[in-house]
Formats: sequence, C-alpha cells, structure tokens
Amino acid sequence: MGIPLTLTVNGASVTREVEPSTLLGRFLRETLRLTGTHIGCDTTQCGACTVHVNGRAVKSCSMLAVQAAGAEITTIEGLAAKDGTLHPMQAAFRDCHGLQCGFCTPGMVMSAVDLVKNHNCSTEEQIRAGLDGNLCRCTGYHNIVKAVAQGAAAMK
Amino acid sequence: MNAPQAPFVGQSVTRREDARFLTGRGQYTDDIDLPGQTYGEFLRSPHAHARIKKLDTAAAAKAPGVLGIFTGEHFKQVGGLPCGWLINSLDGTPMKEPKHPVLADGKVRYVGDRVALVVAETRDQAEAAVLLIDVDYEELPAVVDAAKAAKAGASVHDEAPNNTCYQWGIGDKDGTDAALKSAAHVTTLSFRNNRLIPNAIEPRAANASYDVNADNYTLYVANQNPHVERLLMCAFVLGIPEHKMRVVAPDVGGGFGSKIYLYGEETALVFASKQIKRPIKWASSRSEAFLSDAHGRDHITTAKLGLDKDGKFVALRVDTTANLGAYLSTFASAIPTILYATLLAGQYKTPKIYCEVTAMFTNTTPVDAYRGAGRPEATYLLERIVETAAGELRLDPAEIRRRNFITEFPYASPVGLTYDTGDYNATLNKAIEVGDVAGYAKRKAATEAKGQKRGIGYSAYIEACGIAPSSVAGALGARAGLFEAGEVRVHPTGKVTVFTGSHSHGQGHETTFAQVVADRLGIGMDDVVIEHGDTGKVLFGMGTYGSRSIAVGGTAIVKALDKIIAKGKKIAAHLMEAADTDVVFEGGAFKVAGTDKAVPFAQVALTAYVPHNFPHDKLEPGLNENAFYDPSNFTYPAGTYICEVEVDTATGAVKIDRMTACDDFGNVINPMIVEGQVHGGLAQGLGQALLEHGVYDENTGQLLSGSYMDYAMPRADDFPTFNVETVKGTPCTHNPLGVKGCGEAGAIGSPPALINAICNALGVKDVPMPASPYNVWKAAQSLAR
Repeated sequence: MGIPLTLTVNGASVTREVEPSTLLGRFLRETLRLTGTHIGCDTTQCGACTVHVNGRAVKSCSMLAVQAAGAEITTIEGLAAKDGTLHPMQAAFRDCHGLQCGFCTPGMVMSAVDLVKNHNCSTEEQIRAGLDGNLCRCTGYHNIVKAVAQGAAAMK
Repeated sequence: MNAPQAPFVGQSVTRREDARFLTGRGQYTDDIDLPGQTYGEFLRSPHAHARIKKLDTAAAAKAPGVLGIFTGEHFKQVGGLPCGWLINSLDGTPMKEPKHPVLADGKVRYVGDRVALVVAETRDQAEAAVLLIDVDYEELPAVVDAAKAAKAGASVHDEAPNNTCYQWGIGDKDGTDAALKSAAHVTTLSFRNNRLIPNAIEPRAANASYDVNADNYTLYVANQNPHVERLLMCAFVLGIPEHKMRVVAPDVGGGFGSKIYLYGEETALVFASKQIKRPIKWASSRSEAFLSDAHGRDHITTAKLGLDKDGKFVALRVDTTANLGAYLSTFASAIPTILYATLLAGQYKTPKIYCEVTAMFTNTTPVDAYRGAGRPEATYLLERIVETAAGELRLDPAEIRRRNFITEFPYASPVGLTYDTGDYNATLNKAIEVGDVAGYAKRKAATEAKGQKRGIGYSAYIEACGIAPSSVAGALGARAGLFEAGEVRVHPTGKVTVFTGSHSHGQGHETTFAQVVADRLGIGMDDVVIEHGDTGKVLFGMGTYGSRSIAVGGTAIVKALDKIIAKGKKIAAHLMEAADTDVVFEGGAFKVAGTDKAVPFAQVALTAYVPHNFPHDKLEPGLNENAFYDPSNFTYPAGTYICEVEVDTATGAVKIDRMTACDDFGNVINPMIVEGQVHGGLAQGLGQALLEHGVYDENTGQLLSGSYMDYAMPRADDFPTFNVETVKGTPCTHNPLGVKGCGEAGAIGSPPALINAICNALGVKDVPMPASPYNVWKAAQSLAR
C-alpha cells in the first residue's frame, strides 16, 4: 500500500504515493526521474547518492522517502542557478578537473557544498577528512581537494 | 572561463563533458528507462563449488509480476563466453579452455556464479522471486589459493588436470640459469601480488530489448568496448546476426578494465529479451559487483636477480603462479603472460631473462585485466628486487638504476619487445629534483625526533601501451586484431562530427580528441563533436583499455583527417584552377603555395556537398572519410616515482608523506587531463600497496572482503597532495601524434615505490601488500626480536 508523501524538491512542491520501504534515493531516481543522484553501493559508504535535506548533506540511500515528508530536498539538478549559471562549487570542479567519469561527482559536489556551508571546511586537511564519506575511483582525490578549496573561497 | 584559442593541442582545455556531469544530466545505463521495461535479477551461487542436484523454479514462476525465469537449461545450445587470447603451454599443447557458461550448467564454481535470471514487472518483484527458487546443492571441495590449486582435493574443471590452465615460458632458460650461477651476487625475493577488486563507482548495468517488428536487438551496457561486446556475443555465444544487434555504451562511470569483458549477465538479458518481448533492465548492486566483476592481479612469484661485482644486472629468473579464477574471462590468459612477462626487462639492459608462468583455475571470481594488467605485476617484481639488491650491495637506489638503464634506442629486449625511444635518466633526475631527495635527510631526522621512522622508495617503471600491433598480438596468440577505427564526417557547412571506436569512461576524449581535430583542420573546437560508444553510429572499434585511446584511436582519426585534407586539396585546386600538387593546407585554408589564392575549409566542404563546380571526372562528391589504424609497435611510456613514508612502529600505521611521479608520455595533448589520469592511477596503485585486498576464506571459499565495510577503498584522507610532473619527453617514433598513453602509469609505478619506502623505513627485506597496520607491525616486530 502506498503512503501519500508531500515534500519540496529543488524548490517545487511534489506529492506522490510511495511504498513505505522506498529509499529516498530510489524515490528521487525512479519516481521523480532525477537521475543525477547516483547509487554506487548498498552499505551507505560511497556517498554518490548525497543530497541536501533541509540544507544538510544526507546519503539518500540511508533514509526512507517517507522520512522526508515536508522536507526541502536539493539534488544536483537543483544546485545551479535558474538561469543555468553553475554554483561556485560546480564551477570549481570543472576548472580544477575535479571529475573524470562523473559518477561520484553529484554526491561529491553536494557533500562539498555542505562541508563549506555547514562545517566551514577550507584547509586541505579539513577537506580530506570531510570527504571521508565519498568515494572516487578516478581522480585520486587530488583535484577534488583542490576544487573544494577553490569552491570554498568562491562561496565566501 | 575564457574560450581556449588555437592551437589547442598542449593546452589544459577544460572538459566539455563536465557540463552534463556536474548538473546531473549524465546518462549512465541505469538512468535509461525504456517503454514497457521489465527488471532482471540474478540468483547467484552461495557456494564456492557445488553440483546443482535440483533447480526448481515453479514457486518463483508463480510469484507476483514474474514474466520469465531462465537457467542453464536455456543456454545448453549456445556457446560459452569466449577468451580472446590463446596461450600455448611449454609442451606445445593449447591452454585448457573449459566452457564458461552464460548461466551455470549443472555446477557452480565460485561464490556469485550465475545460476538463474528472473524477469519481473518490478525490481522488488524480481528480487522477491529470486528467493523462491529452490536449489539443492551438493557441496564439493573448493580451492581459492593458486599456490595450493595443483595439489588440491578440488577439481574446478574436469578438463583441466591439477587445475592447471597452462604452463608458459618466455626467454632463454638455460642462458639465464647459467648466468645466475656465475653471478657475483644473487638477490632472491618471493611475494604475492594481492588480489584487487576494481570497484568503478558505477556498478555494471544493462538494458536489453528486442524489437519484434525489425527483428533486432538493442543493448545498453556499461562497457568499455561496445563493438567487441557485440562481436563476442553475436559470433561466439548467442549466434545473433551481428547486423541485427546494436550495442550502446552511454556515459560509463569508470571501467579500469572491469567493463571490457563480455559477461554472462548482459548475455542472458539479451537472450531473455526476445522471449519476454520487452526491455529488461538490470543494475548490479555493489555486493553483486564485488562477487561478479572480474578481479585483478593475484600472482605468487619468486624471482632471482643476478648482478656482477659492479652492480650490473646479468640475469633475471622469474617463476609466477597466476590465479585465473573459476573461468577464463575475455582477456584473462594474456594478463600474466603477454602483458606481464614481456615487461620484465623494465628500463634495464639485463641480458638474460627467463620467466615461467603457471596459470591456475580456482573457485574464485574470474581474474582479468585491471588498470595496468600484468604491467603492475612486472614492475612490482622488478622494482622491488632492484631496490632489494641495491640494499644488499649498499648501492644508492638511484645509482644502481643508472648503471643499468637502457640508453640506446631502439632496444630489443630479451623478452620480445622493441622499445622505440626513451630517456630514463631524464625522468629519474627530474623525480629526484621534484621529490626534493636532497632534503630527505633533514625530513628523516624530523620524523625520528617524533619517535617514528621515515623511509624513501624508488620505482622506475616502463609499460607497453597502445595495445596492440595486430601482427605482434597475433604471433602471441590473440584471436583478434587490436587496431582502431575512426571516421571524420565533414558537414556541408564545414562543421565536423568524428566517430571513434575508442570509448571514454572518464578519460575526456570528447575534449582531447576535439583538440586534435580542431588543430588539424584549423577550425574551432566548437565546430567539432566527438561521437563514441554506439555500434549504431560508429563503424567499428576495439574500445578503450591498455592506455590505447590517443595512441591508436587518436591516430585512426588523424589518418582519416589526412584523407579529408587530401581530398580537400583536390577540390580546392579545382576551385582555384591550380594543380593539385600546388595546394597546401594551413591555418584552416587551402592555399596555392607562393600566391595569395586561398579558399577556406568551410567553402571546400560546401563545394563537396553542393558540387555544381566540382571535378566530377576525378572525385566523388561529399567529404567523409574512414580510417583503420593498426600500430606497428607498442608505445613505451616510462618514468620514475619516489615515495616517502612515515611509519609508526608501535601501531604499524603508515602515512604517505610525499609521492612524486615524473613521467615521459611523449607528446601531451591536454596536460590537465594527463595529470588527472596519473593522480587516479597513483591512488589505485597506492591503494593496492597500502589498503586493498580481495580475501577469500580458505575453507569455505566465501569472499570475506565483499563490501565497502571490508574492502579498504582509498579515501581522500589516505593521500597527500601528489607531485606530478610530466617531463618534456621523447615522442613516440611510430605514430603521427608522438603520443604514448598515460592511463595506467600511476597504478603501475606506485606500488613498489611505496613498499620500497616502508622496507627502507623499517630496515626489512619485505612487507607484504597491502601494507596494513598489522602487516607492517608484524614486520617491525620481526626486527625487534
């Protein structure tokens, strides 16, 4: 039996029926077809599915969709400005070559924005520790760390 | 960002693919939904080795939403998954090639082996129905360790006595053994090159459909070589006419080798899609990926290096046992042979080399190419034993290398390769400078003042890239040519679409290939689009692996561009009423040499498609050219890596304090992307040496490192900022771009540098990979006793 669920996603109010067992990540990908949020593991380790729930980074595989009732969700699709101007963190990832295959990137960018906004991360050590919950297999993290530092400076 | 200006080659142009990836608009296989789509889930073996006594699908078939269940019975009449390389044993007999069934045929041979495919309306329904399949297994003895496989009670395949696939050798055995006997000094080293699990962050996925009206198939699949996937599946397994099958590898979230192969999963989906007559999607979970993606490495090796009194190498003897897993994966047989033993000369003029490889079947996930594929194993062996020899002879590790470097090219090695060019002193000297080896003593003193130990380790690697010259590959047993194809389609307005058989899954080809094309045609990068990954668009392709894309795929494009320019010259000559031979092409225009007559590229393109004024007697209209390029040799990137570590001997914790990589990749198209490739390779190589380990339980054959909770993936805080320097190198002599390839270097060069550094810090001969705190602590304790 579905449960009615109303929440705000990327600024728009959304109402859908969901199964109680549906994870937020699956709900975003499959029900709302916001496929920028990626599923990379089944043990809440990789962080590819990170989104913002009420302004805080959350691994959307570790939360039921119904737990997000009434919440404001931002996914990677909602990060850039309405006119398409990239968020400073997105621009920093591009400029620093902080992505290769792009699969971890949405989660990485959403985590990075949270690290800067909510945790005031700016030094290399803070950024490396802060990204502990996001796996990347392509970049060796080198340029991701550079990108987050540059994005942090641009967000000030 | 300012738009880049020509010439584009050599510039760190930011990537055009990033816009979609950064905004969530990438289209990976699991992002693609098709109308009427169903879902597939696989039942996998819980046992390492068992006979299937009963397989009852009746209850599952009646479960809600189930549309079909497929088992080994459905695939009895089709072929097995083929292996592309034939290796002959020393006694001349061909390797043992037991059938690698699409779904298990009466027996399961590793934990995760595919037993059945369930297709249902929803994923949840498919998952639920999988649990209702009733299987009676008769458990059989299992073996997971290659060292024990020959004498194990388990027989993985009846066709392979002693679980041996082949016993192969290369080089001069008698000469090597004689030289070792008379050597002034012999260094011996035995070690295991640990099993790795690739872990591209995008798990494998596929979406297969059959069009009843057209009688053809479409397969979307996370794959590095869609044409090869199609060829193998059609010609060797399912017997589908190749022209009735389209394979699309859309955005792919990393490969590292694990997405080269034809797997049973997508093969079963394609077969089932015709029965179900609806699209079937499958997306691997990470747990499935650990069990079913081909693994890497897993060698056991003993090596002996003989040296004369001056520290010059006189001979190298290597004996390796390689674990192939339960079945032969697509490239499996080539990895511990052709891509391994041929690299054992490294950067050194060792006159005598002999290597013998025994390849074993075990009850583990198949082992195949993983970033570097054989070359990391060769480099690990060589750079560990060279550094060990230096320690034993009290020679500086840089000095022992200098005394043995190959300095004259071309150089024919005793193990079958001819290096065209290189300058190994240049990369060694640069690494010593960039890594500030001069300041090492001071840093060591500072570390010791903290009560810890510091060590430094070198590694001077070589790799063979641009796989592969078909003639060489054929002589070595490949059952395929490894050329590449490219097509340049000039549109009437002078805009250009390039189709390449290379596949980008993170490498940035859409940007780098466009840099090459724009420069060659003298047009803007915005005027060029690169298409790849779709057999319905691209004429042919061998795909991307072995650091081959720019060297082989890029060259195919250049060859097609040469044809475009040659035809353009004839059209321009007609327009300018000049002789063909007087026309030159420069700066985006065709010109009559020595005059001010010129026509721009776009005008020639328009003339080719609106040919009112056209040399119809000599030329066909249109401006579209194909090229196939088969390289005449491998390319040979090389470099020196230097690692410094701090070791806490009380806990065994290792901190990588400095990691320096100096590489010679020949000419570089986009330095930013090249450095990014090195960073990623370093993380995978250092991950192998420090963290990662695919571990099976000896008794049960269960994979113990089957999730991110157990398999130590490298994370951001495991590494320092890397010092990466690409030297102004020695361009490849046999391709027009002078490029060598850069994708695997980091993973090849870094493991021995790290282990050498730890051994140096502790003053021990060896520390096993991964150098976990426990392994390092044990090594430190052995010394204390």
